[in-house]
Amino acid sequence: MNKASSWQLLSAVMRRDLAVALRRRSDVINPLLFVVIVVTLFPLAVGPGPDVLGRIATGVIWVAALLSSLLGSERLFRDDFLDGNLEQLVLSPAPLPFLALGKIVVHWLLSGLPLVILAPVCALLLKLPFEAWGTLMLTLLVGTPMLSAMTAVGAALTVSLGRGGALLSLLLLPLFIPLLIFAAAAVESTLVGTSAYGQVLLLAGLMLLTLTLAPLAVAAAIRVSVN
Amino acid sequence: MSVVIEAKQLTSVRAGRTLFSALSLQLGAGEILHVEGPNGAGKSTLLRIIAGLLQPLEGEVWLFGQPQQHDPELWQRQTLFIGHKPAVKAELTALENLHFQTQLDGANNVDAWQLLETVGLLGLEDIPAQQLSAGQQRRIALARLWYSQAKLWILDEPFTALDTYGIELLHQRFQQHLENGGSLLLTSHQPLTWSGERLQKIRIEHNDEELVYE
Repeated sequence: MNKASSWQLLSAVMRRDLAVALRRRSDVINPLLFVVIVVTLFPLAVGPGPDVLGRIATGVIWVAALLSSLLGSERLFRDDFLDGNLEQLVLSPAPLPFLALGKIVVHWLLSGLPLVILAPVCALLLKLPFEAWGTLMLTLLVGTPMLSAMTAVGAALTVSLGRGGALLSLLLLPLFIPLLIFAAAAVESTLVGTSAYGQVLLLAGLMLLTLTLAPLAVAAAIRVSVN
Repeated sequence: MSVVIEAKQLTSVRAGRTLFSALSLQLGAGEILHVEGPNGAGKSTLLRIIAGLLQPLEGEVWLFGQPQQHDPELWQRQTLFIGHKPAVKAELTALENLHFQTQLDGANNVDAWQLLETVGLLGLEDIPAQQLSAGQQRRIALARLWYSQAKLWILDEPFTALDTYGIELLHQRFQQHLENGGSLLLTSHQPLTWSGERLQKIRIEHNDEELVYE
């Protein structure tokens, strides 16, 4: 009889996911390199003048972050599905949405958090005025968990399809639009000297809503996929 | 002998094809049920329904005299399902796989090294599972059986890719499980060495839409 509590199971699932991710470092590093490369391409393409670059910096960084979150996102549940671990997760005595939240958190730790840390480098490359760096990082900090959660929903829905990658992008990108609008608006407010609290709080609220509902959707999608 | 599992009037339709209809079965403590049938007959589907991964179109499954939906947690804690896919992480070594698997099964006091020795993988502990052979990966997956306290084991083709020694080892473990009052539900194209009253057989065949149940 399996006597483990839900917390023990959650921690085992998360530690195993981390161990697997650390074995395939390229999967973690490639999306980050992608962001840096996209960001460095812009000064070459639109010219290095700070007036142009500073204006488009937020948009470029956020769009690069959105696209990078799609890179390899179909892998989120694909390996588990193929090797049979997804079945075992469904059969685990812990609530499936709870375990799904654990997988979302691990995904964020390996994809969202590094982006937040990388943000100052991108901001520097694009000459974003210094006073907006903090807001940019803040929007990434509250925005990237949302990216991870929504990506997980999409990945769980497409996991049993052979090649869900393109479909996944089409499904997810429209859902990221509100995130993009409020994040860009927050940084913009800081640049014109007003407070960005409103937009950031709204993003934080959206994040909480997504993190509450997404695990339920992921769990339902996984149950359908293992059928 | 107490009834561990009881399937009542199960009907399953997959991709427009009726796999079985009004199938009932009963399995008591210390008994083994061997599901037989040709490829694609619906053996795996039956096992997945009983494991709780699939919903039957009609009918229900009872464990210890309670319907499945009544207490899903009891169900998940008292059954162990190992399917076609071994649930072994290819990137992790055999030892790490066993380590995490014991934690996921709530068996924290199990020594992963001891387990490796039991299933004959000692010396291969630090090789990523993807570099091991299919039979060795199956041994990692089946190592769960040596510490599992679950009352009901549901095994889909457990002997696949195992060598004769591995099959013998598994038979011994099954024997212990049955003697401890456990029950076993399995599919296999391999003949089982058991005989006598403990072994029940059910055969799913479609040639004349007939379902034979022994």
